[in-house]
Amino acid sequence: MSAAQRTAVVAPVRRRSVTLGLSATGCVAALVVIALLVLAVIGPMLAPYPPGAIVTDDLFGPMSRAHLFGTDYLGRDMLSRILESARYTLGIALPAAALASLTGTSLGMLAASAGGLTDAALSRAMDTLICFPSIIFSLVVVAACGSSVTVLILTAGVIYTPGCFRIVRSIATDISAKDFVHAARARGERSPAIVLEEILPNMVAPILTDFGLRFVFIVLLLSSLSFLGLGIQPPYSDWGGLVRENLDGLSSGAPAVLIPAICIAVLTVSINLLIDSLPSRKGARRG
Amino acid sequence: MDDAAAPYVEVSGLCVVGREDGAAPVPIIIDLNFAIARGEVLALIGESGSGKTTAALALMGYARRGCSITAGHVRVGITDVLALPPHGLTAYRGRNVTYVAQSAAASFNPSQRIMSQVIEPALVHGLMSRGEAEDKARMLFRALALPDPEGVGSRYPHQVSGGQLQRLMAAMALITGPDLVILDEPTTALDVTTQIEVLWAFRNVVRQLHTTAVYVSHDLPVVAQLADRVVVLHGGKEQETAPIATILHEAEHPYTRSLLAAAKPSSKVASTPVAADAKRDVLAISGLVAGYGGLDAQGMPRFPVLHDIGFGIGPGSVLGVIGESGCGKSTLAQVIAGLLPAAHGTMLLDGRELPRRVAERTPEQLQAVQIVFQMADVALNPARTVAGILARPLKFYHGMRGAAARRRVAELLDMVHLSLQLAERYPDELSGGQKQRVNLARALAAEPKLILCDEVTSALDTIVAAAVLELLAELRRELGVALMFISHDLSTIRAICDQVMVLYAGRAVEAGPRATLESKPMHPYTELLLASVPELRTDWLDGIERAALEEASAGLTMEDLHRPCPFFRRCPVHLPGLCDVQPPPVQRLSKGAAIACHRTEDELRQAQ
Ligand SMILES: Nc1ncnc2c1ncn2[C@@H]1O[C@H](COP(=O)(O)OP(=O)(O)O)[C@@H](O)[C@H]1O
Ligand code: SF4
Ligand SMILES: [Mg+2]
Repeated sequence: MSAAQRTAVVAPVRRRSVTLGLSATGCVAALVVIALLVLAVIGPMLAPYPPGAIVTDDLFGPMSRAHLFGTDYLGRDMLSRILESARYTLGIALPAAALASLTGTSLGMLAASAGGLTDAALSRAMDTLICFPSIIFSLVVVAACGSSVTVLILTAGVIYTPGCFRIVRSIATDISAKDFVHAARARGERSPAIVLEEILPNMVAPILTDFGLRFVFIVLLLSSLSFLGLGIQPPYSDWGGLVRENLDGLSSGAPAVLIPAICIAVLTVSINLLIDSLPSRKGARRG
Repeated sequence: MDDAAAPYVEVSGLCVVGREDGAAPVPIIIDLNFAIARGEVLALIGESGSGKTTAALALMGYARRGCSITAGHVRVGITDVLALPPHGLTAYRGRNVTYVAQSAAASFNPSQRIMSQVIEPALVHGLMSRGEAEDKARMLFRALALPDPEGVGSRYPHQVSGGQLQRLMAAMALITGPDLVILDEPTTALDVTTQIEVLWAFRNVVRQLHTTAVYVSHDLPVVAQLADRVVVLHGGKEQETAPIATILHEAEHPYTRSLLAAAKPSSKVASTPVAADAKRDVLAISGLVAGYGGLDAQGMPRFPVLHDIGFGIGPGSVLGVIGESGCGKSTLAQVIAGLLPAAHGTMLLDGRELPRRVAERTPEQLQAVQIVFQMADVALNPARTVAGILARPLKFYHGMRGAAARRRVAELLDMVHLSLQLAERYPDELSGGQKQRVNLARALAAEPKLILCDEVTSALDTIVAAAVLELLAELRRELGVALMFISHDLSTIRAICDQVMVLYAGRAVEAGPRATLESKPMHPYTELLLASVPELRTDWLDGIERAALEEASAGLTMEDLHRPCPFFRRCPVHLPGLCDVQPPPVQRLSKGAAIACHRTEDELRQAQ
């Protein structure tokens, strides 16, 4: 083997194709998620009508040329409302899920690597937090601080931190007992390096999967809050809120209730599909 | 074939080839023929890589990945095995032919009770009802002399010892009443003192049930205890087939003779003369006490494991640490590595105090002592490539990165005889032996003075283990690195060590040059260890009395640990009133070893 060949073989970069190693399903899911994100940003500019304006007498109107997604229980244009609400759903649920994942992961790692008193204290605190039903907890917070996007993000983020914490802590504890972590300790590596170099790389997949799950929960929590009047304040709404406010149209199969429900389904399913199809080395390179 | 004289199992013209990716096929088994009569135990014997396991697997119609059976016939009873369709093969394996592997632990599901796993083959193949299967299992447990045959089934695999698990695995293999049982090195991973008992149980059950069996082993003395006839394999070819007595006493083939010579107790490697000017030891340890749990008022650990251990390792020399599992070998390695801080004692590295905790050691000290673990697969980070794993210590100790690091990774791989192509693989894409080589390479990346090898070959197949052992010897020769080589296996220790230390219940009972294992008198425990190694006679196992057998395999109890001499209960020459009252003194024997015992050299010589 020539010297040139040698370096080529040990070159650290693994060449990836344009699909980033995603499967076909993963590519579709990624495109959908990107499209929804774009809509969330530019949606309001595309809306044919102002979101709060009552534009027709036809309540729960069907899909038509004038109202592509029909009209709602007050006679407002659904397309405009969907486009307008996208940024609330995505703009709250994504950061809230990210916040929950981030704090849950950091605290979980801290508990697992520090052990002892730190671990005990953190675990008890999380256990206490998880005891409050999420609706009651948000009720109290929103009642105290008022409802704003920031408050909603923080509330949802805090509510779903313990779940992530528990998962991360238990997986990290398992991994810490493995010999490759012992080997790193024996090498003299310090805890932060061990967490970042040895433990965390083995946790990316479970953390992302957990993130997908939390995201779905948060979308549902938001719609419950809107229903109670504690979420996004009218005339604005999120997709879950749209479903709730148009629930009466369900018996007649009105698009006003179906379309936002479908939007939620498409969003949550594609996020989870995207996460699941992220190239997990194992499946990809076996055999 | 309805000829009444036709043998029960017949293999003819068997050829198996193996292929590394892209490379030309290599023959592994070449035109192999043998037959087995009903109720006969046939041994396939040969050294590592001779094709024993491949031949045994072919009896199940199975070829390992990368291998294929290219020619030949295998008939078991009335079944033409190689002609079976895939679904037929599945039914045939596990019912008509069963397999007992080297590591029973790997074959049991840790989360299921033993009974349900032992009877599963019988239920899967619909041979009997659950109740009948459980009755049969209990009958087998009794035949295999398992303690508590009624209750053992309701335990979980981790609640029984390794020797018991191996016997339970045999029960699982026998539950379907198979036509043929294949035993593949079933005692190789066990302590010698446990092996005796397992061999004894296997032989009894085989005789009692008239089982037809193939016994695969590299160990002639072990085979001599069980087999009726032996096929000697070398390089995939049959060298000689003869009844065991003939093989032992009038072997014809020169290769068989060389195997016999190798099995005779003798040292294979010339001892490297230890520098006479007694250069300062790389590592010198004295009065080491360590254990688990917090320290009590006297500064003793709540669960003490190691007691007053002391030894030295010279530069480039190899200290072997031997003892039964649980005696504290791994604990010793962890204490030296600083992972488990010692409670008492001093450790000197190159004559300078080595702090007990890894966190207090200087970079030079950290770099000088490296540890390699037994379980190669969990010792490698599954999320990193081989190159990434090796780059870590390079950056950590030597600040090496980029092209320099890549060059060094290539060198390290070369040192452990791994192909550069493996650099970009992840650990789960490597074989067990390759993983252990990467572990060694990671230790070498530090450029250490001493590598602590904790049973590094014990979890590997014999063939792979031998190669890793050879590699270690080579590294030590070429790099001058000293090794502390921990093993439960006498022959492994003999193959590589200059000095040996025999541990029993966390105490060094005998220490000295390797020759100490060959010459008497010796510490009573060392003698028991050696006496448990099977000898090259067919009647060796018969000659061992039941009482001696029990003594050999009697484990440690809590009570033993608190005796001044923990070996007291098992010791054939113990002195009641002395050994159980006063700690045994350390004395030098004329052969150059030190032992901890109340008996004098003369007394021991007479007893042995
Ligand atoms: N983490 C631990 N906590 C408590 N006891 C342990 C721990 N690890 C090992 N031991 C005990 O210490 C003793 C020695 O174990 P070990 O050093 O692993 O023995 P060996 O390597 O010789 O098989 C055993 O009795 C074992 O049960
Ligand atoms: S001290 Fe006593 S019990 Fe211990 S090994 Fe020696 S003779 Fe046996
Ligand atoms: Mg061990």
